[in-house]
Amino acid sequence: MSGATLITSARLYGQDPADLLLRGGQIAAVGDDLRSQAAEQLDEDVTVIDAEGLIALPGMVDLHTHLREPGREDAETVETGTRAAARGGFTAVHAMANSAPVADTAGVVEQVHRLGLESGWSEVYPVGAVTVGLGGERLAELGAMAESSAAVRMFSDDGHCVDNALLMRRAMEYVKSFGGFIAQHAQEPTLTAEAQMNEGEVSATLGLPGWPAVAEEAIIARDVLLAQHTGARLHICHVSTAGSVGIIRWAKDRGVAVTAEVTPHHLMLTDELVTSYNPVYKVNPPLRTRVDVDALRQGLAEGVIDVIGTDHAPHPTQAKECEWAQAAMGMTGLETALPVVAHAMISTGLMDWRRFSEVTSTEPARIYGHQHQGRPLQAGEPANLILVDPQAAGPIRPESHASKGRNSPFAGLELPGRVRYTFLAGHPTLAEGELATSLTGRAA
Amino acid sequence: MRHLLSTADLTRTQALRILDTAEEMTGVSAREVKKLPTLRGRTVVNLFFEDSTRTRVSFEAAAKRLSADVVNFSAKGSSVSKGESLKDTVQTLDAMGADAIVIRHGSSGAPAQLAASDWSEAAVVNAGDGTHEHPTQALLDALTLRRDWHAAHYGEASSPRGTDLTGMRVLIVGDVLHSRVARSNIWLLTTLGATVSLVAPGTLLPVGVESWPVTVHYSFDQALAAGPDAVIMLRVQAERMGGSFFPNAAEYARRWGLTEERLAVVNQLRLAETEAPALILHPGPMNRGVEISAAAADSAQSRITEQVTNGVSVRMAVLHLLLTGSRGHHDDDRSSL
Repeated sequence: MSGATLITSARLYGQDPADLLLRGGQIAAVGDDLRSQAAEQLDEDVTVIDAEGLIALPGMVDLHTHLREPGREDAETVETGTRAAARGGFTAVHAMANSAPVADTAGVVEQVHRLGLESGWSEVYPVGAVTVGLGGERLAELGAMAESSAAVRMFSDDGHCVDNALLMRRAMEYVKSFGGFIAQHAQEPTLTAEAQMNEGEVSATLGLPGWPAVAEEAIIARDVLLAQHTGARLHICHVSTAGSVGIIRWAKDRGVAVTAEVTPHHLMLTDELVTSYNPVYKVNPPLRTRVDVDALRQGLAEGVIDVIGTDHAPHPTQAKECEWAQAAMGMTGLETALPVVAHAMISTGLMDWRRFSEVTSTEPARIYGHQHQGRPLQAGEPANLILVDPQAAGPIRPESHASKGRNSPFAGLELPGRVRYTFLAGHPTLAEGELATSLTGRAA
Repeated sequence: MRHLLSTADLTRTQALRILDTAEEMTGVSAREVKKLPTLRGRTVVNLFFEDSTRTRVSFEAAAKRLSADVVNFSAKGSSVSKGESLKDTVQTLDAMGADAIVIRHGSSGAPAQLAASDWSEAAVVNAGDGTHEHPTQALLDALTLRRDWHAAHYGEASSPRGTDLTGMRVLIVGDVLHSRVARSNIWLLTTLGATVSLVAPGTLLPVGVESWPVTVHYSFDQALAAGPDAVIMLRVQAERMGGSFFPNAAEYARRWGLTEERLAVVNQLRLAETEAPALILHPGPMNRGVEISAAAADSAQSRITEQVTNGVSVRMAVLHLLLTGSRGHHDDDRSSL
């Protein structure tokens, strides 16, 4: 193993420059001019990275990732998905349960967890299904998944809504006892039976069955009341409407233990894009209107929405190269999250890089309960951090992504900011913008 | 333009060019030898993913009257039913040298996707896509309306060529939510200067209709009291009946059907200030006794059989303009309409 890494003149959280010394998987020191100290005090090899102009941030944590393995290895694997995570600046990802078989038993979550450990590009935390087979009828073995070596704390039927109110209540109460929480995919199924896109002016003209905002908002309203009633924690996945932001604000004002997530794409794209009928824009929840985008941005800036979750959803080409109604829902997101959020939130002046680090790292880690992710850039903390070039620009090129998925709605767009280095436990998985080696010694 | 995908894309000039060409084509269809040599050696593929014998036969007759070779490709019983993708099907047809692809598809947007893709160089004609649009149906409706509207004002002997529908008031009745005919008509008739109103149960109007250039009624009787010049009745699909859109066919017929009682009201209507009677249209196939009574369908005001005849003329015009504007399979984007 290499010795220490000295990062010089990185702007911590986009603010004042400082040097960072990484050693033994930790941030050993933060300060001015550590170079001279290092030269005097260290006799081991020190790799020096000149980070002049780069911003140092805590490693990003994604609560919402689809790694597709087991079952859909043609779309993504834990290996390729975590390479994408490293390129995107994520040091931890949470793998949603809609694999095949579904992650609804200890066996499946342990498999995913083990695959993550073996890959070593990013930490992988499996999310357990709430109900057996995502069927919405019977609770999955939540306790067994919590006690497994994967130590699952987050449970979600993502892709499906736990629409049965009693089952949702019981799930929330059940996982409370071991510090777990339910992440709800809010979508009232009877209101969205054949839905293809946001219901509104655009769907009316395009003749595509509409997906009303109320289908999301009705479930969120119900669930925050359930959370209040049971005293349990609730997390809302991929909030997409202005009305949802309003309901969550109301719930937080009343002290409900609810947290909320927004995707990068819902912070930027609108349903006007669907006029092309290009299925790359087909996603669940659907792209909404400009009014919704503005409300989501405001909600994230104010803290009504707590975290960015990518909902990274890779699909093979043929699943998108077909008629809109037949196309799969979802977009890739790990490798574009930082530039998209920088474009939507930082370039617009709605947030600074410190707030960015909260919504992409501190808060998601706190929601899950991680002790070693989402930590501040201070001496003695785990060395999970990234270096970002905020000036880097150029078009997004999905064909260059490490994900197997090419279904990026941002292809060709000029977006600011690129991750140059990703350090996982002090080890550079990404160096100078290229995948280096994983923590387990794998090369890309 | 290279393709006909949506009437929303058509300018007034382009729409009139199609209608005027269709008038000329009507002359051809009235001759003993109903044939022009203009598309000799060109291949028109009718690519039908949905059953629609009426529309397919109309396009086939149109292409044949222009001397084109016609290939009918029905998804049923073909490789499509074995799981072949739209892309592969289209690339196969393209490799066989299709100059125009007339596509009917159950998915909204399939023709637009085909036109935007690099799967084929052929001109794409939308023959009805999902609940999106059916542009040639709207064009044949406009041709039908224009002929009567012009004759009422200027006499039968005068040619309607070059004229539009300025001042005409058209009422569209029924399942607007699921109707590609309604959408195409709203854009086209408005472009041609007509004023469009809709009447439907609230369940069969799309959210967002308030942004359309139309007046919305819920009561057919109130809408008729406003004195429209033409009434376009939409077909009610069997699968909507007995569902949650409206209680049953009988209640639909009572409230939104062109019953004999309402026919008596329509009988009193005239085309603007003229003596000519108001018009009744239906895109077919009809559910007699549901959205339209037999008496209304067979009345003197009905233009339903003329619509079928005009359909061939309009489709001849569209194929002629799309395929004679640009020569050859790989020509550039030269405006032809």
